[in-house]
Amino acid sequence: MSITDIEITQKLAHEDDHHEEHHDQPFIFKYIFSTDHKTIAKQFLITGIFWAILGGGLSVIFRLQLGFPDMDMGFLQPILGNWISNTGKLDPEFYLAMITMHGTIMVFFVLTAGLSGTFSNFLIPLQIGARDMASGFLNLLSYWFFFLSSVVMFISMFLSTGPASGGWTIYPPLSALPQAMSGSGTGMTLWLVSMVFFIASTLLGGINYITTVINLRTEGMSFRRLPLTIWAFFITAVLGLLSFPVLVACVLLLVFDRSFGTSFYLSEIFIGGEALPNLGGSPILFQHLFWFLGHPEVYIVILPALGITSEVISTNSRKPIFGYTAMIGSILAIAFLSFIVWAHHMFITGMNPFLGSIFMFLTLIIAIPSAVKAFNYITTLWKGNLIFTPAMLFSIGLVSFFISGGLTGLFLGNAAVDISLHDTYFVVAHFHLVMGSAAFFGLLAGVYHWFPKMFGRMMDEKLGYIHFWLTFVGVYLVFFPLHYIGIAGFPRRYYSFTNFDAFQSFTDLNAFVTVAAAITFGAQFIFLFNFFYNIFKGKKAPLNPWNSNTLEWTTPRIPEHGNWPGDIPKVYRWPYDYSKPGAKDDFIPQTVPYSETPESNTDFDNEMMKNEGITK
Amino acid sequence: MRSNAVILANRAIKIKVFNAKKFALWLFLISVCMLFAGLTSAYLVKKSDGNWLQFDMPQIFLYSTIVLIISILSMHWTYRSAKNNTLLSLKWGLLFTGLLAIIFSYLQFEGWGQLVETNVFLVGNPSGSFVYVFSGLHLVHLLGGLGFLVVVFVDTLKFQVHSKNLLTIEMCTTYWHFLGGLWIYLYLFLVINN
Ligand code: HEM
Ligand SMILES: [Cu+2]
Repeated sequence: MSITDIEITQKLAHEDDHHEEHHDQPFIFKYIFSTDHKTIAKQFLITGIFWAILGGGLSVIFRLQLGFPDMDMGFLQPILGNWISNTGKLDPEFYLAMITMHGTIMVFFVLTAGLSGTFSNFLIPLQIGARDMASGFLNLLSYWFFFLSSVVMFISMFLSTGPASGGWTIYPPLSALPQAMSGSGTGMTLWLVSMVFFIASTLLGGINYITTVINLRTEGMSFRRLPLTIWAFFITAVLGLLSFPVLVACVLLLVFDRSFGTSFYLSEIFIGGEALPNLGGSPILFQHLFWFLGHPEVYIVILPALGITSEVISTNSRKPIFGYTAMIGSILAIAFLSFIVWAHHMFITGMNPFLGSIFMFLTLIIAIPSAVKAFNYITTLWKGNLIFTPAMLFSIGLVSFFISGGLTGLFLGNAAVDISLHDTYFVVAHFHLVMGSAAFFGLLAGVYHWFPKMFGRMMDEKLGYIHFWLTFVGVYLVFFPLHYIGIAGFPRRYYSFTNFDAFQSFTDLNAFVTVAAAITFGAQFIFLFNFFYNIFKGKKAPLNPWNSNTLEWTTPRIPEHGNWPGDIPKVYRWPYDYSKPGAKDDFIPQTVPYSETPESNTDFDNEMMKNEGITK
Repeated sequence: MRSNAVILANRAIKIKVFNAKKFALWLFLISVCMLFAGLTSAYLVKKSDGNWLQFDMPQIFLYSTIVLIISILSMHWTYRSAKNNTLLSLKWGLLFTGLLAIIFSYLQFEGWGQLVETNVFLVGNPSGSFVYVFSGLHLVHLLGGLGFLVVVFVDTLKFQVHSKNLLTIEMCTTYWHFLGGLWIYLYLFLVINN
């Protein structure tokens, strides 16, 4: 017994030595294989930005095809090579590859990894008062799995047969049969491999986020005092943990169908007059499994953005967030409901109309918690002392997109209406507003707001304003017309509409959308310049540039690994004490005890004060 | 250097992190549950769709299930030994559990053989393919468990598993029980549906 005791002490002593060595690590461990959550967050952000440029670039190219079908695209030959024919035409199969890659990149690599990966990593330890994530190593692994997944996906875009081309939803049989289209060969295989790494990355990250939030909160940081950002990241991670394994199941069966000849999703298929041997499968099964992930996934994308918005709007309205509890409640309700509405993506698969109406009912219920969030943002802004920082503008933009995109969700949620709108540009308009643009604005708001903490410097506000207005107006100019095009019956994912007489009158509108898209894309380079230039040359940031209450602003300008040089601060109050009546300043950080603010305490606060010495 | 207080505080954090490891394991188990919940629901959805082949599960899967149950008991006994610091029986317990796991895997392979003999193939009607996928995927997780056993065994050889250092073996035991429960669920599910 005594021997083992000594061993334990030695082991602990050794671990402490280890801790002291952190400061002078070699470059490769400090910046590349780092276990510091702040560095990993920046890695996710930079990789996400890379993917966003690529994904956005693709969309401009296929928009050119849609807006100007007669255009000579010969000038793209240096980049796209053989995918542009000698007459300057875009290859139709490559068009499909591009929309597939655009969707995959944006949904998974930019708005899941780039958004959750960046801000969950960066903010969870800083805002709950922890030195790092529960496991720095798993966190490191999470990033590098994402990196590997990115590399595989990137390589797949340079195959001579092209990357996966069956849409980001990879419905079989198209995606299951290499004979079906050239992208369903090696390109699809690499898509699946990449996705496996991606899921591993997300699960590792998610396990870490949940564990950290539950176990490593600083003294006083009860769940009722958590900033809404953390609530959002936390529930997002739970959603991911529950839904991504189902995607594994879905993809696994697809891999079996592709590589081993099973028939989970395949039955009675004829290709070129020849019958395939596969019998007894069902492609609808795939859709069930896919959308069981797919629908929670859209909330995995939007919830972190909503969390960021809560924080930014409250800070810059100098008002407590309206309905803190209702906000948490609506996050929980959305998370729960998001698991039982998936079949609204499948209304026209021939499902039993009775089942359809149940899913319709559940789908429409989800509008309630969504509306609660929208109302709470608006009431927080109402009569606030608004400070229009770029982050604030982007947050308000998010609210606007979330509302206008959510409204069309109500149309689509009605099975009877959806029968004519399914797979048209109306759906494209719906989800680009409510998910794509809204989450993208959340990401930008987050970057503008926390840039000073990430890099210790300020971004340029003027450039931020120009970036905002161009992007905000641009997004509406791109996506609003798509509603009309959708109602007119344009199916999504078609290469060209010139053969349909009915669509002739929309040529101008399509060209207009393309021009707007190109300008909006161009405006993002203002942001890129602003971002990269100011990492090195920006004005040095003050410690608390936005006069904010949360814990991250109590760290030094550039926090070391471990975040706080001394003890971790204790927390005494919730994060939204802005403009509290009677208080000296218009904000009271979470670290200020009630005993120091007798002038602004309510009766309830005075009760809380009595336990301050003891509470945990 | 650092004050004693900081070191103590750090140690307190580390102890918390230890609990966090266990917690993270549970989260992992939840995600594995969701994986199999997804698969078994897919099974039910497909079955209700018709065009479904009915067959009897080979007897041998019953034997493998029994072997796995014994291995759960042996793992439990092993854990008790660690708790009581009877290191010898701890080592034998680990070895015995590992051996049972290998026998279980062998029996699963035999089970696949018997399925083939009754003309239920991996490639064919999904009702058969599902059996292969369920048992195969469970085996993959079991291999992970076997790896975990080896890690714990190496730790025991270094005298690092005892009543004051139960974390790894506790986690291993949890995982092992989970694997057992998972297979029993899958087995019953398949038997009831065939
Ligand atoms: C008011 C709540 C909402 C309702 C009732 C709703 C309803 C629907 C329906 C019925 C569809 C299927 C349309 C079709 O394919 O025919 C759909 C598609 C979609 N929705 Fe929503 N939605 C809502 C909010 C959201 C939110 C908040 C997001 C994301 C953050 C989102 C993202 C999407 C996406 C990505 C698709 C299209 C997927 C695809 O086919 O590629 N929706 N929505
Ligand atoms: Cu949905």
